[in-house]
Formats: sequence, structure tokens, C-alpha cells
Amino acid sequence: MLVEKVTTINVPKIREDFPVLKRQVNGKQLIYFDNAATSQKPNAVIETIDRYYREYNANIHRGIHKLAEEATLAHEEAREKVARFINARHTEEIVFTRNATEAINLVAYTWGRANVGKDDKIVLTIMEHHSNIVPWQLLAQEKGARVEFVKIDEQGILRQDEIHELIDEKTKIVCLTQASNVLGTINPIKEIGRVAHRFGAMFLVDAAQSVPHMRVDVKDSDCDFMAFSGHKMMGPTGIGVLFGKSEHLQNMPPFLAGGEMVKEVHTTGASWKDLPYKYEAGTPNIAGAIGLGAAVDYLRKIGMENVHDHEKDITSYALNRMANVKGLVTYGPSDIEHRVGVVSFNLGDIHAHDLASILDEEGIAIRSGHHCAQPLMEFLEVPATSRASFYIYNTKEEVDVFINALEKARKIFAR
Amino acid sequence: MSSEIYKDIILDYYRNPRNFGDLQDPDVRAKDSNPLCGDIIEMQLKIRDGKVDDIRFKGKGCAISQASASMLTEVVKGKTLDEIKAMGKADVLELLGIDPGPTRIKCALLGLKVLKLAVYGHLGQAITEEVKQLV
Repeated sequence: MLVEKVTTINVPKIREDFPVLKRQVNGKQLIYFDNAATSQKPNAVIETIDRYYREYNANIHRGIHKLAEEATLAHEEAREKVARFINARHTEEIVFTRNATEAINLVAYTWGRANVGKDDKIVLTIMEHHSNIVPWQLLAQEKGARVEFVKIDEQGILRQDEIHELIDEKTKIVCLTQASNVLGTINPIKEIGRVAHRFGAMFLVDAAQSVPHMRVDVKDSDCDFMAFSGHKMMGPTGIGVLFGKSEHLQNMPPFLAGGEMVKEVHTTGASWKDLPYKYEAGTPNIAGAIGLGAAVDYLRKIGMENVHDHEKDITSYALNRMANVKGLVTYGPSDIEHRVGVVSFNLGDIHAHDLASILDEEGIAIRSGHHCAQPLMEFLEVPATSRASFYIYNTKEEVDVFINALEKARKIFAR
Repeated sequence: MSSEIYKDIILDYYRNPRNFGDLQDPDVRAKDSNPLCGDIIEMQLKIRDGKVDDIRFKGKGCAISQASASMLTEVVKGKTLDEIKAMGKADVLELLGIDPGPTRIKCALLGLKVLKLAVYGHLGQAITEEVKQLV
């Protein structure tokens, strides 16, 4: 019996959609391997934003004129697209924020301050981005609560024993990333969410590195909150998303206050608009939301299974080739099924920044440093790592150029 | 096989840093880091008659930061504190023989910043804006 997976994507054609990929850098063809920091944008997104400003720019919601009506419609359509994309029950569960960081802060400042008290526990993991650590540390300091970190094993996988040991009846919320921006590890959020719920704890997922690269389903994972950023999924910067179950969003106090989020204001006080507007004070990033909607359309057209499969293919090719570079160490799971297209590494004693500089001379964009995950760097006992991260438009040929550049760096530093 | 930034001389200073280590009874010691890279440099100085009598540095970080700090320690021996206060970006770039570009220049200037912190500290003078803005 022959079972063959048919990949329907056409990478050269997809690359045509991204104008920046034609760029030369330092006289070389750009190779963009910094997608975990931010992704490039397809024409569909750039043109959608351009069209908004050229044809129907207006403030939304209260305007009684044609442009305001069109802008409001497009803004709310974007919300529907995002809701469908992550399989939310209602559009009211989708709150637009500036980015994932703001989305997490929203929960920490509203739900957190209303529900976390002295000696309560907030359980995080050692692989969290600073954005899913610092808001909780601030909350814990203010309330006298404790923050605990689930550790990882040598494969970069969360330790089951620690999950079961740390999550208990004292735990008020469990916050974890669905995919690590350093290790690439995909965490079993559904299972961990079940443990959290068994103890009556809330469950927040940082999906900044997963929503752009794989199918994510908030209903299936049963998370209470999910945060992600538009700019990592082909959308513009300055737009992010907080998903929250309606029943939680209903009961939480507002975050920022001002225009757009109020029903009535009197000298004696104010009442809040219905969801999700209660959490969207002030004129929002209208162009950003509409641009994010276009990015969602673009990704849906390719298909998230195809995106994920392509990245697994590229990542396993890169891991295999990197294993043959002398002195190169990679971090994260060896099983490709457990990871997204993020590969952190160190090459001999070359400092990550020196390596990034040498690769930049070859037109290759990677990231180097602590990747906003200093607790993880401490745990791994490395000062910094270099990181290559892939997206749907990257190719094996690009990985080959990258490997040659690594060899060049190794030779330069072996002098 | 050559790379624009990573000239032999820089790699040589990175691999075999001159004046690396500690001084016995330094008159002043200063330390700072570059938050972008996590580069750390510490400088220890002995000062006699308003001049740098001896100097050592310690640190961790990229080749650019460590090599430029080491090169600096060599050229400032015997210099007056006023001469060090007058040194700037151009002096460091001349030592390195390359311009590492806008993102890496902070790595190159960390050593000079720490050196100046030590000098101002020794003189009991407030750190100037110019020094703060080096890295």
C-alpha cells in the first residue's frame, strides 16, 4: 500500500507575494530567518491597509456617514475572521489589543487583580517569553502571591512530574506558551489545561508562536484566555488579539478606560459597553485590524496544515544539516512532531552576536541574544543563543546557503 | 576566507586578550553591561600623577566588545585622565580599523564607556551625557 502525502503549496509562487523577499542585503539575496521575531507581509496585507487609508479611512462605531460605516464594517469583519480562525464561539470573545504582551497584561491587570490574593499561586513555565512572566511577577508582588515555574527536561519538553506537582488547589491561573520562541517546543496545552481546570484554576495560552504556524482551536484546547500578535502572522505591527471566554470577559473589570468602551457616562460614574468593546478604549488600530483580517484570509487560503507541514519539512532538513556542522549545538526537542520552525543554536565559542554579524554579511537575517527569555537562558546555562526561524516562504535552498555561512563563520573563528 | 568585521587583529585580541585580569589594589574599578548583547566589561585602573599607571580589564561577550576593550587598555596606559575624557567613538574605530555598523557599534564602545566611568568615578565627577550615550 502506498500512502503519500500531497502537498498543495507552491513556495516559489508564495514568495512572489512577498515584495521584501526580492531584496538584496549586502549584495546578497535576502534570506529571512527571523520569523519568530516578526514575519514578512504579503501584498494582500499591504494593499488592504493601503486601500483603507486611500478609500475609506474614518473613525469607527459612531460615525453616521458612508466612510465610517465602511470602516466599521471592515473592522468588525476582521474580528469575525480572527474568531473563525481560532474557532472561537463568538466574535465578542475577540478583543483587539496592541500585541500579545498587551493581551496578557490585560488579563493580569483585570482578572488578576480581582481574583489573585495572598499566598495564591500563579504557575508558569521556564520557557515563557518575558511577556508571560513579568506581568505575573508584578501581580504577585502586589498581592503577595507566588509565581512558580514548571521546568523542562533535556529535550526541552515540560516535565510532567512538575506539572502535576506545581498545579494544585492554591493555583489561581496557569499561563504557558503553546510554542516556545527559543526551543520551538509545542506544549500539550489541552492536557495541561485539564490539570489546571481540575483544580479550578484559569488557563491562559500565549499563542504568539503557534497561531501563525499551525491550526489553533480555542474550543478544543478549552483555554480561558489566549494571546497572540498580528505581526508574527503576516499582519501589521500594533495589532494583537486577546481571546477570552465570554463568561470571564463579562465578569472582569475594564482595563483601559475612556472613549469607545463606555455605554453611558455621567458625573456620578459610567457603565460599560458590551463585549468586546468594554476592553477597547479609545480609537483602535483600525488599519491594523483590517490588515490582520487580510493576513488571516491569506493564511486560510494556504491552509494552516500546509503551513505547519512545510515548516516541519524545512526544520527537519535544517536540523539534519546543522547536526553536521562541527561544534554546533541545537536546543529543543529532537522529535519534529514536537516543534515549530524555530531552531536555537550555538556554534563553538562564537558569541551569538558575532555569528549574527557574519550571517548578515551573507544577507541572512537571524536573531541572537536572550530572545526575551532570560529565565530559560539561565536554565540552559547559556548567555545567549542564535536563532533561525522559518515560515511558509522559506526554502531548503536557503537553508543550504545558511549552512555554508555557518561553515564560513566557523572557519573565520578557527583562524 | 575573510569577513569584513572579523579581521585577524580583532580575533587575535579576542582569543588572546592583552591586559586581561585583575590589578592588585586598583585605585578605581568600573563595570557596565550592554543590555542588547549581555556583553560585560570591567576595568581596573591604577592612577599616578593624573595618569593611567596600570590597567586591567575583565569581561564576557562578543569578539567586538572584548577586543576593543583590550585594545583600549593598551593605548591608554600613560595617558592623562583628561586625555581619556577627550577620547571618543572615532578613537575606538581607529583602533579596530573597521566600522562595525550601527547595530554593533555599542559592542565596540562598551570598553570606552567603562573606562570613562572609571575616570569620572576616580575624579569624583558626575557622569556626562556623552558617556551615558556611548552604549
